[in-house]
Amino acid sequence: MTWFQKWRRGEGAQGLFLISPTLAFTLLLLAVPLVLVVALSFWTQDYLTLHRTFTMDNYKTAWSEPMYQYLMGRSLKISMMVTAMTVLLAYPVAYFISFYVPPKRKAMWIFLITIPFWTSYLMRIFLWKVILGYNGVVNGSLMGLGLIEEPLSFILYNQNAVVLTLAHAWVPFAILPIFVALERVDRSLIEAAEDLGDSKLRRFFRVTLPLSMPGVIAATIIVFIPTIGDYVTPRLVGGPNGLMIANMIELQFKKANNAPLGAALAISAMAIVTCVALIFIWMNKKYIRGAK
Amino acid sequence: MTQPIIQLKGFDKFFGDFAALSQVDLDIKTGEFFSLLGPSGCGKTTLLRSIAGFETPSAGSLYIDGKTMEGVPANKRPTNMVFQSYAIFPHMSVAENVAYGLKARRLPKAEITTRVAEAIAMVGLEGFGGRASHALSGGQRQRVALARALVLKPRVLLLDEPLSALDKKLREQMQSELRRLQRAVGITFVLVTHDQEEALTMSDRIAVMFDGKIAQVATPQALYGQPCSRRVANFIGMMNFLDAKILSTSGDTVEVDVQSLGKLSLSLSQATGGIEGCNSAGVRPEMLTILTGSQTAEREIEAVVSEVFYYGDMTYYDVRLPFKEEPITITMRNTAGRTVLAVGENARVGWSASSLLLLR
Amino acid sequence: MLGRGHFFKWYMGIFLVFLYAPAILLPVFAFNDSSVVSFPLKGFTTKWFAVLQTTDSLHVAVRNSLMIAVTTAIFSTLFGVLAARASTRFSFPGRRSIMGFIMLPMVLPEIIIGVSLLVVIIQMGFELSLWSIILGHILICTPFCIAILSSAFMNLDQSLEEASFDLGQTRWNTFWLVILPLVMPGIVASLLIAFTISLDEFIIAFFLAGTEPTLPVYIWGQLRFPQKLPSLMALGTILLVLSISLLLIADYFRRRGVRKTGIENSGGFL
Ligand SMILES: Nc1ncnc2c1ncn2[C@@H]1O[C@H](COP(=O)(O)OP(=O)(O)OP(=O)(O)O)[C@@H](O)[C@H]1O
Ligand SMILES: [Mg+2]
Repeated sequence: MTWFQKWRRGEGAQGLFLISPTLAFTLLLLAVPLVLVVALSFWTQDYLTLHRTFTMDNYKTAWSEPMYQYLMGRSLKISMMVTAMTVLLAYPVAYFISFYVPPKRKAMWIFLITIPFWTSYLMRIFLWKVILGYNGVVNGSLMGLGLIEEPLSFILYNQNAVVLTLAHAWVPFAILPIFVALERVDRSLIEAAEDLGDSKLRRFFRVTLPLSMPGVIAATIIVFIPTIGDYVTPRLVGGPNGLMIANMIELQFKKANNAPLGAALAISAMAIVTCVALIFIWMNKKYIRGAK
Repeated sequence: MTQPIIQLKGFDKFFGDFAALSQVDLDIKTGEFFSLLGPSGCGKTTLLRSIAGFETPSAGSLYIDGKTMEGVPANKRPTNMVFQSYAIFPHMSVAENVAYGLKARRLPKAEITTRVAEAIAMVGLEGFGGRASHALSGGQRQRVALARALVLKPRVLLLDEPLSALDKKLREQMQSELRRLQRAVGITFVLVTHDQEEALTMSDRIAVMFDGKIAQVATPQALYGQPCSRRVANFIGMMNFLDAKILSTSGDTVEVDVQSLGKLSLSLSQATGGIEGCNSAGVRPEMLTILTGSQTAEREIEAVVSEVFYYGDMTYYDVRLPFKEEPITITMRNTAGRTVLAVGENARVGWSASSLLLLR
Repeated sequence: MLGRGHFFKWYMGIFLVFLYAPAILLPVFAFNDSSVVSFPLKGFTTKWFAVLQTTDSLHVAVRNSLMIAVTTAIFSTLFGVLAARASTRFSFPGRRSIMGFIMLPMVLPEIIIGVSLLVVIIQMGFELSLWSIILGHILICTPFCIAILSSAFMNLDQSLEEASFDLGQTRWNTFWLVILPLVMPGIVASLLIAFTISLDEFIIAFFLAGTEPTLPVYIWGQLRFPQKLPSLMALGTILLVLSISLLLIADYFRRRGVRKTGIENSGGFL
């Protein structure tokens, strides 16, 4: 009994006690629902009645039906393109703020970069539609400048528009972790490399980039995983060829009334995305080790 | 005999497997200025925090004023603490900081006001009561921390390296001020420090700690004059060591063979830590003299100067004795007419057998 | 050839145009005197703001959203305070994995959260209501609150707490008299961030909305009607100004907190 009393008064117990409400809430509203979604994906639904017998049919459908295969492949491709574009866009910005902006102004620059993120999410996507549209800003300006005769039609209602819009939405989330990683890079290491006669470009690839890789990985994960779940952007700017797997999941849950298939699709998508992310992290570990 | 105010018996503190304190037995007398001295990481802070009630012992017991402190939380103990970082509440003014403990005791408003004013005056901060605490200098923060603790009239005031964050001049000033304050209020002070000079000048008694154990508890003079081991002797001031071999003991005299100095017979009381296991003879640098001209001493030995450090009022010589590899240090006051020797010169070193200590 | 400084100047210029294009166009079209949202501009008007005043269904949605956002802000900050305090002050078994789990909604696709909550609510036989949205929003806002509050709690010198306890105060009073006032700026920032995120959240709200729409759900419904677009632009402008003001306030409180606890401001928002 005394060990119990001692434990109860100790740090461990107090910490667990304090965190328990938050933990309980997250367990109840995240873990339990996720488990239920997994269970649901093995059941079947017939209009509104649910059959709770174990079946793999949903997964068979999700993985064999050409439409789902196609959607999954396209979503993965779009997510990867968004991630690549976002990180490529973000890296020079983070680099600029970290290496060129005087320390006192850094916070202001970071704030400047996060502001557009607080524009209403739906409005932001919609405004891209306005910008890229047939009578939109881009076409209007290009025609005004006499660069084109006819409005360009390849910039809206396709995958490019989806990639551009999503990249815009996620770029602040990619800049922040890369910036933090760059700030942690020991400046004397870079000077040492310079001292040893490395050229600027070599120095960047051999010292700065490997050292900032943890930030790049974090940025990649932060952008890649949630992107697969966006169904608003494809719907607004993607046109028929820009739709992604999330639109199908939404459809199954809402209009098609086939929640089990929706659950199987959602879990499959999550599994694929997680695998890709893990492979990416693993490859990077090898790269960083190689650079050392 | 008066009862000690703080009493530790067989006190152990483990952090995981690491013994921060092991088998500490310690009595601190009522009203004394007591210091805990030791190198970094020896467990001084842990011991102080155990007395304050922030660490629970792994074994052993602690009594304050004769009462056991087992299960008594820090806010119920008759001790108060001055933290190393001072821990001044940044969102309160000086007066609010000082009044904090009094308010916790729910004293009447009028009494709080007068006691706060007294305490602020006592530490020399008159007129600073309304000052925001983040607008204070290091020395002023220190005073606020003192006033905040002393205003509660604790039985014991615990101070964890209170002066280490101050610059040298201010530190010396605060040392004498702390001493004066302690005499004025008559409260028992327990001070943690790793600065031996600070401990020697301020304390009534000092406990020297190594590796979680108490090595010696003594007055400053006794600690300097009769250290109980080589390690303590080395930590408090400087000491030269020569290998020594006990040949025989009879009654009050010890026959020893000391490196370079030869066979001697010493008094048993010169083995300040007990005769058991003694293997070296120690002598303080100022107990040796370099003889000039016709000066003589009880005993003399020839040596060669190997290094000279001139400090103005003092000169430190490193000299090499016959049959000894390591040079020993001698400090000489630069009195009128005394010439400073040069490196390589021969020196006659005067010494006496009674200034030697036999140590483990 | 261009120097590196030139490269960054051009790059940042183009990047900022890209980044701010929607945010700048929003007020431009909100004050444009034309019922189609496109160039060329026709003239200045404030009539789209006036239209908003008379749209009753909008007012309902705003009320719902405010209710959700306020409730979400309070609860997720409460959960955030508990978790941030526990993780910064105490070490307990499994701390890292527990914190990782609680922070998980930050990287999980919102559709997954929406879907799983939908499944649970339907399976349990509950009706979808504003409360189901609130639960989802608390789930996604809590990690953000923890991120802000953790730094507030970490900046707190632990000896302040011990000093209060040592001076005879109880743990409970120590919390109210010392800890809470010092982390207050962090709490205010956390409330404002959670409020802002909840107010703008669409994906989960759309999944869990029953018969009562939130503001983003309302906007989504209106996007289909071209004649409603100019007034939506006005609405978006108001929301943008509101969000930025709240963020500036949040950042102000965060900075003040940093100053108060006496720690050098290392900059960086969030
Ligand atoms: N909470 C703790 N957990 C684990 N180990 C600890 C803890 N507190 C102290 N220690 C260890 O106990 C030993 C004694 O620490 P303590 O702080 O008492 O030393 P100190 O004598 O005050 O040293 P300093 O002069 O550097 O302040 C150190 O080795 C320290 O690393
Ligand atoms: Mg210490």
